[in-house]
Amino acid sequence: MSKRVGTEASFAIADAVQLADVDVVAAYPITPQTHIVERISELVADGDLDAEFICVESEHSAMSACLGSSAAGARTYTATAGQGLELMHEVLYIASSCRLPIVMNVSNRALSGPLNVWGDHSDVMATRDCGWIQYFTENAQEVFDLTLCAFKIAEDPNVLFPVMVHMDGFNVSHVVEALEILEPDDLKGFIPPLNYPHPLDPNRPVSMGCFGPPVIYTECRKAQEEALRPTKQTIIKVWKEFGEKFGRHYNPVETYRTEDADTILLCMGSFSETATGAIDALRDKGVKAGLIRLRLWRPFPFEELRSALSSVKNLIVFDRALSYGGPGGPVCSEIRSALYGARQRPAIVNFVGGLGGRDVTPQQFEQMFTRAQEIIANNLDIEYEMIGVRE
Amino acid sequence: MAKKDFEMTWRDIVTGSVVTEPGNASEYKTGDWRSQMPVWDKEKCVKCGRCYSFCPEPCIVQDEEGYYAADLYYCKGCGICAHECPKQAITIVQEEH
Repeated sequence: MSKRVGTEASFAIADAVQLADVDVVAAYPITPQTHIVERISELVADGDLDAEFICVESEHSAMSACLGSSAAGARTYTATAGQGLELMHEVLYIASSCRLPIVMNVSNRALSGPLNVWGDHSDVMATRDCGWIQYFTENAQEVFDLTLCAFKIAEDPNVLFPVMVHMDGFNVSHVVEALEILEPDDLKGFIPPLNYPHPLDPNRPVSMGCFGPPVIYTECRKAQEEALRPTKQTIIKVWKEFGEKFGRHYNPVETYRTEDADTILLCMGSFSETATGAIDALRDKGVKAGLIRLRLWRPFPFEELRSALSSVKNLIVFDRALSYGGPGGPVCSEIRSALYGARQRPAIVNFVGGLGGRDVTPQQFEQMFTRAQEIIANNLDIEYEMIGVRE
Repeated sequence: MAKKDFEMTWRDIVTGSVVTEPGNASEYKTGDWRSQMPVWDKEKCVKCGRCYSFCPEPCIVQDEEGYYAADLYYCKGCGICAHECPKQAITIVQEEH
């Protein structure tokens, strides 16, 4: 039977990793991910998790060790944040191109400089194109549930891609919340044994990570892309199965009070929960406001997003990262691109805020609706506006 | 390999671009890189084998009489054999295509 406990989100992740019965963990501690790996190393040291914990000297080594372990067919896990994710950067591409089903939690953190350990989405956005499945969670329960699902998704024979599970650093990672922790009996059979098709095995030798000259590189890239796109179906299937079993349902695009909304706010991560309060307050004032929480980031849920926005007049996209010298927030840039070909598309306004741990209050989300109306009504030619900044 | 690399479509790529035939690097025709080739002068050659030892490919093979020659499927025409030959028995000549 599952139990309802009060615990820190990072510890709940360690519980999920223990329940998934991983074989190998290779990780390097970095704020705000530290509590996850500290707790996992305790579980291993105490004999509560029968896994190899590899203490590495950097995140580059952490991901490299994960490659080897996953290639040998072992269930492999790691976690990181911010600068650590960037130090892994080049190795992330190897994991996805070798189709290694590694699971990684990321406590989203701002990138230096100035040095900042607090939350935003700069680290995620810099790894956007690394070929991993990536999705966002908003609270301890979600990150617990969706870390468990990540193993099932990554290792599905129709998937075989690494999965990155995002949660906001501190806003989620260090918060103690009430959540339902599942027991091993609840999960029986939910995550089948890993059966990687070409593991490193002296009796059945294969070459992995080979070089691909111009004559074959394009074919390898297309094969990878064609394999990643349809993983969305498996992700949806796994979340559905989880929902049926445990009563908590997850979707690539989550909607809140959008049915008759004429203005929709789109967020990712924990700030979506804050925004929910703002939507309620706006509704009380008679504003037809709705909220979309974009959960699945890669593969991008084009159909779900277009369908959720098919009849809305105005769209506000809130980004927690900035593309310097570019079109503003990276999420909005993708949304604009996704909707450009739509027959009927909303007016889109982009706000960037919540950078490096800066809070965004429900009142500020309400102000975004007012400001968006001004920008749209006056046809202001603005790529994006930064909110919560001292001018 | 059932298909040569230039015949394979993206659908033929094994999951993770894994190569399931170990040692298939020997099929890779590095001779394509060559614009010049080594030619041995049997009058000067003393069969010492330094060219054989120094060839980085290593694609120099010895014939029944003990003389050496490069396997042009792999020889990149780097010229190390000619440089190392103590008798200047190897010359690097421009190939005609």
